[in-house]
Amino acid sequence: MAFIPHTEADIRHMLGAVGVENIDDLFDEIDPRLRGVDLSSVPTHADERAITREMHERAARDADGLCFVGAGAYEHHVPAAVWELTTRGEFYSAYTPYQPEASQGTLQVTYEYQTMICGLTGMDVSNASLYDGASALAEAVLMAVRGNRKSRANRILMPASVHPFYRQVATNICANQGIQFETIGFEAASGRADQSALDQWTGEDVTAVVVPQPNFFGVLEDADALTDWAHNNGAFAIGVVNPVALALVSPPGDWGSGDGVDIAVGEGQPLGAPLSGGGPYFGILCCRTKHARQMPGRVVGKTVDAEGETGYVLTLQPREQHIRRSKATSNICTNQGLLVTAATIHMSLLGPDGLQNVAAHSAANTRKLVDKLTTLRGVERVFEAPFFHECALRLPVDSKTALDELASRGIFGGYAIDAHYDALSNVIIVCATETKTNADLEAYATTLADVLDNGKPARRRVSAA
Amino acid sequence: MGERPDNYRYTQSHEWVAPAEDGTARIGITDHAQSSLGDLVFVELPEVGTSFNAGEQVAVVESVKAASDIYAPVAGEIASVNETLEDAPEQVNEDPFGEGWLFELKLESEEATESLLDAAAYKEVADADD
Repeated sequence: MAFIPHTEADIRHMLGAVGVENIDDLFDEIDPRLRGVDLSSVPTHADERAITREMHERAARDADGLCFVGAGAYEHHVPAAVWELTTRGEFYSAYTPYQPEASQGTLQVTYEYQTMICGLTGMDVSNASLYDGASALAEAVLMAVRGNRKSRANRILMPASVHPFYRQVATNICANQGIQFETIGFEAASGRADQSALDQWTGEDVTAVVVPQPNFFGVLEDADALTDWAHNNGAFAIGVVNPVALALVSPPGDWGSGDGVDIAVGEGQPLGAPLSGGGPYFGILCCRTKHARQMPGRVVGKTVDAEGETGYVLTLQPREQHIRRSKATSNICTNQGLLVTAATIHMSLLGPDGLQNVAAHSAANTRKLVDKLTTLRGVERVFEAPFFHECALRLPVDSKTALDELASRGIFGGYAIDAHYDALSNVIIVCATETKTNADLEAYATTLADVLDNGKPARRRVSAA
Repeated sequence: MGERPDNYRYTQSHEWVAPAEDGTARIGITDHAQSSLGDLVFVELPEVGTSFNAGEQVAVVESVKAASDIYAPVAGEIASVNETLEDAPEQVNEDPFGEGWLFELKLESEEATESLLDAAAYKEVADADD
């Protein structure tokens, strides 16, 4: 078969065979308004050389500079062995397994991954894997709506302290399915979800409460109280976690006075995936055994074959296309399977102590950075509650201008969150992981001091667009 | 193939209905249905007290190769469910017309079951599958 699937002549031949003049005639029963997707913002094609050059130029812009941006994607040290092993042909080319017993190596990796994630989160069952943390939250919401049979309202209480992009993705995926999201504000002083806003829903039909830990501001929520509130009101609790933070803070499986949350999700990127300009990443999703049948994806089990040898097999996949047909909810992807492989190898190399080390150093570095930055005139912490490895700071100048100026001097200084929260003008969140040295932290503080002293942004960076 | 009790009623979608004298009816899936699905590994049953219209999805039976919806053959309120299936879904395979029943409906009207298929008519439906 030729590499080009069909030539103009082929197309004319096929159209002639079905008796239409052109491609549009094939789709004439579809309302033209539904067909007209405006792609004017997509540039016309470029040749390979031009694209390679463009990519190198963009990569070069990312390459130098110290990154203090978190906001959902975190720069951690990834041991060289992780991707050396992950990109071996045996893993790299393996299709995500659907045949229950095929591809033993891939199945074993998934089994190990699921075991580690359950250990880390304190949950019973884990899948592997979804597109990213945001779509995992959307899947968790859909699971809760299917699984919470006492609730008829399809109402989800969503703290504003959940990552704004996660809220946006969950709304995009779920809102047209009759699911309503009610926003729970945050306390101005602490940055935590406002318990009194939650209490307004006491006695109402609530399907699930989303509990971020740490939240988008980096603040540690009172996850126990939020989980208990959910369960006392007949709602599911959905935890949104950072897997690295779980090495230090209590896991969602332990939250509250009962059996922990019902469903826990998170972004898997910090476990061995490089930042890569935003992807590919993968979503973590795990739950209690009683909700396993609502879970998208597959669970790998370990067994013995007829000769007593260990074997791995897909044991539970009730939401996959071949089991649930039209009611399948699968969003599993081979590409994400490869990232799960990387995460499994990453976690194996680090071990529980190593992961704890990463978490502790990240938290300590961020604390040091915040201490340094808040000595600068006009820079102050926005929230008083304890944080993990990210912290919201208010700047005495326009945050975007300051971040642009920092970037022009090689420091990616954080993420401006003003656009998402009216009440938080000139607020940025900063993050320092274990990858930062004392000299790096000092460099940030000195440069920011200079930017603030000199005031005016001398060389405003031109936007990439 | 398989037995088909003469005193039961049947649906096109392979549920059986056994009306009782107290205005309830017991419902399960036919021998033909269970043998087509293969080994059942899970049965999801409705909550007692919930009402359903005829044709609405009530329960789910899941085998190693498919999950299938079970529809209410007639309108009514769930009077009881066969809780033993939670731990022993294989009862549906072993005794589909007896111990493997799924749930009981309090019927909205006693005549409702009369429009369902009788054993002979259902035989034709099942045979057409084979």
